[in-house]
Amino acid sequence: MPEGGIGASVKRKEDFRFLTGRGNYTDDEVRAGQLYAHMLRSPHGHAALGSIDISKAAAAPGVVCVLTGADADADGIGGLPCGWGITSKDGSPMAEPKWPIIAQGKARYVGEVVAAVIAETAEQAADAAELVEIGYQALDAAAVTETAHLDGTPQIHDEAPNNLCFDWDFPAPEAADAVDAAFRAAAHTARLQLVNQRIIPHSMEPRAAVAEYDKGDEKLTLYCTAQAAHAMRLLLGAFVLNQPEHKFRVVAPDVGGGFGSKVAPYAEYAIICWASRRLERPVRWLGERAECFVTDAHGRDHVTEVELALDGDGRFTGLRVNTVANMGAYLSAFAPLIPTYLYATLFAGQYTTPAICCNVKAVFTNTSPVDALRGAGRPEATYLLERVIDEAAQATGIDPVEIRRRNFIAADAFPYQTPVALLYDSGAYERALDIALERADWSGFGARKSASEADGKMRGIGIAAPIEATGAAPSAIAGQLGARAGLYESAQVRFNATGTVTVFAGTHNHGQGHETTFAQLVTDKLGVPLENVEVVEGDTDRAVMGMGTYGSRSLSVGGSAIDRAMDKIIDKGKKIASHLLEASVDDIEFDSGTFTVSGTDRTIGIGEVAFAAYVPHNYPLEELEPGLDEQAFFDPVNFNFPFASYVCEVEIDPETGTVSVERFTAVDDVGNIVNPMIVEGQVHGGLAHGIGQALMEGAVFDETGQPLTGSLMDYTLPRADTVPSFDLDHTVTPCPMNPLGAKGVGEIGAIGAPPAAVNAIVDALRPLGVNHVDMPVTSQSVWQAIQSAKAS
Amino acid sequence: MTSTVSMTVNGKQVSAECEGRTLLVQYLREKLALTGTHVGCDTSQCGACVVHVDGISVKSCTLLAHQAEGADVVTIEGLADGDTLHPMQEAFRENHALQCGFCTPGMVMSAIDMVNRHDTLDEKTVRHQLEGNLCRCTGYHNIVKAILAAHPVMKGAA
Repeated sequence: MPEGGIGASVKRKEDFRFLTGRGNYTDDEVRAGQLYAHMLRSPHGHAALGSIDISKAAAAPGVVCVLTGADADADGIGGLPCGWGITSKDGSPMAEPKWPIIAQGKARYVGEVVAAVIAETAEQAADAAELVEIGYQALDAAAVTETAHLDGTPQIHDEAPNNLCFDWDFPAPEAADAVDAAFRAAAHTARLQLVNQRIIPHSMEPRAAVAEYDKGDEKLTLYCTAQAAHAMRLLLGAFVLNQPEHKFRVVAPDVGGGFGSKVAPYAEYAIICWASRRLERPVRWLGERAECFVTDAHGRDHVTEVELALDGDGRFTGLRVNTVANMGAYLSAFAPLIPTYLYATLFAGQYTTPAICCNVKAVFTNTSPVDALRGAGRPEATYLLERVIDEAAQATGIDPVEIRRRNFIAADAFPYQTPVALLYDSGAYERALDIALERADWSGFGARKSASEADGKMRGIGIAAPIEATGAAPSAIAGQLGARAGLYESAQVRFNATGTVTVFAGTHNHGQGHETTFAQLVTDKLGVPLENVEVVEGDTDRAVMGMGTYGSRSLSVGGSAIDRAMDKIIDKGKKIASHLLEASVDDIEFDSGTFTVSGTDRTIGIGEVAFAAYVPHNYPLEELEPGLDEQAFFDPVNFNFPFASYVCEVEIDPETGTVSVERFTAVDDVGNIVNPMIVEGQVHGGLAHGIGQALMEGAVFDETGQPLTGSLMDYTLPRADTVPSFDLDHTVTPCPMNPLGAKGVGEIGAIGAPPAAVNAIVDALRPLGVNHVDMPVTSQSVWQAIQSAKAS
Repeated sequence: MTSTVSMTVNGKQVSAECEGRTLLVQYLREKLALTGTHVGCDTSQCGACVVHVDGISVKSCTLLAHQAEGADVVTIEGLADGDTLHPMQEAFRENHALQCGFCTPGMVMSAIDMVNRHDTLDEKTVRHQLEGNLCRCTGYHNIVKAILAAHPVMKGAA
């Protein structure tokens, strides 16, 4: 068996390219005769577009054309589509106003494209954009999440009275009755009002695109920063551009981070495709960071009231959640899914709460559209649950660790049907908690707290026990819940004649290490040396149609498709080997790259079998086609359920309010692990993202919809000196629902870190009477909480 | 209006016509096709564009190409010797200090300069010194490890 199979921390195959400056990102794609697009954007949160005079801009040096919303309509260009429909509690479909690629009639958020200038150089396009004259009439805005749906608030869309997108109850009306009964019978209750603040994704690579239309074969090629090339092609081609799929190639080359924000189709991509088709020249666009701030789909933005009922023993008996979720000005591709089926289905957490109900009101506001961002719904669910549990611990006088233990779903209770639709397949929650407490030296906290206090500091410790549903998704179930696409994954495993292997996958690698991990699957199962395996993703002309990378699905769904394709390779290989070895196919065994006649020493390597398949001189051609190239799709029967236990320890300087994360211990269970090094890296990144949300990040808009955090000088991202090193461990509870036993790992850190951090901060501040501080917990907010507590 | 700007880049003498407003990063990427240096923010916050100018790390989005006239510039493309990586590149690979790879060139260039400037390094110093380079993937954990691992190798090789 060659080295580097499942379980090995193989160094990444893609690293040499990235480390030597040979990565090929979208903006590195250069095309002869290319033009540059500059997007003129609304400076108003809400404004009627009066006259639009493009004449001066159109006459400016180097300008080839200036495009407006009216031009898009005239050319039959459609609006940006939404990929998920939600039904309100009264049975009505969600309000789904058109999202034009260039504003028509009104601009509804700062950053919305109002005209596109196409010129010979980027500078000429930018200069000319300043000459476009637009008669804006500023309108009152609805920019505040919790009040956007109230009477008297300015209306954003005619199709959405009171700015309401949907008003959704879950799981069913009778669930609320059971929860009400639980509260009537409760010995204790806990309640919190929480804000899960809006955050901005910030992949380090700005969004970018290059479109090239070839009139000769009427084919459009779009290079873009995408996490899901086929989905991008489907949505842009069918709904926006009316460009047939077979005449439309989407390539997502190296992509510098996504975190969910590079899934949705964006206006700029549609605009340059359309412009390239009109002009018959390549057109490119590169987002400046300031543009990314207002146009990359934002994440979170919930205002929530959560209440937990408990019996006299501290067992959870009922959970009630009421949320207002901000969609922004338009519905981004998966926005409606996030505060509904990716959110409320996680309210059971790792616990046996028997009765759960929620209501979610989704509202439009004059702010940037919101969509998936690392965790997408699951961080919001986990945050409210793990926060209210700490509040319940306080109400009952039970230790936060003990109250979680009392309510964990037992390790022998799986499969476990939660009251919020999900059927958990496996789990061993207490074991992960035990390891986390041990590694974090939970019992030694008192001494560390005393030491901090002797130094004039405050110290707190917090835990969170997150779970998430990854591996989207069983297509049929997703379809019943409103999905407008399938959610399987695809793979093609191709032996080349000389025994090397090319894997084509429908997923996309933008940091996750697929080129290495997927190759490890092949090395492990087919015995092909790692260096002889190449993974190809992100090109609709090369890979089979898959649904892309998001929601921590690539290994469990995409890797399973690769595994299925390899099963087919082995099946066919056995038939070829049986011919070459002159034995019955039933007697052929396969292991570590070698076919053997059972009970004999007669063997043949898979490389020789592949050669025979492509040079079929001695081959059963009457029974078997030549070639060794198999394709498979994998549609999971269920989600998978990674879980973790996190312990965060903070020190607070009461004089300044500064919070320092002193220790962070993370014990994750992501099922079977292919590459431990890569898995740990995913956890590190997720944790930093979560700490960023907990302590630093927050998108702020004023009442007119004007963003106040529009640059990296106003919006605080985690930096090397503001996040800690992490102490990681893991348990392995294989997922029984896919052949690899794998679960997702990309998001769990971002899901679990915020409540762990805020629980630690509140633990430190609780002696002052503070029971909650909203995120981001900045030095300012901590200082103010301390001052208010002292004043009262 | 354009004029000629000449400098040494990765040991080679180069010159190209550019506008007065052309940034060094644009000169490298667009005139010399050295696309390993990245533009991540355009406000000198992210550090994806860090190169060495006369031996010192510089955010190349903050310098006009004309200001680098006659300078000795090293970019990420100039570090490895064929297939042999620079010790810092090797440490990044060994410690999984990169994921999407976009911030990596700037990180590596900053890290080399950091090691050059410090006889000793500890975690706190590395974290503080890295403050000008943003990464959204790694949580910095493995980048810090890589720099601490490369330090003795680079000092030993010197």
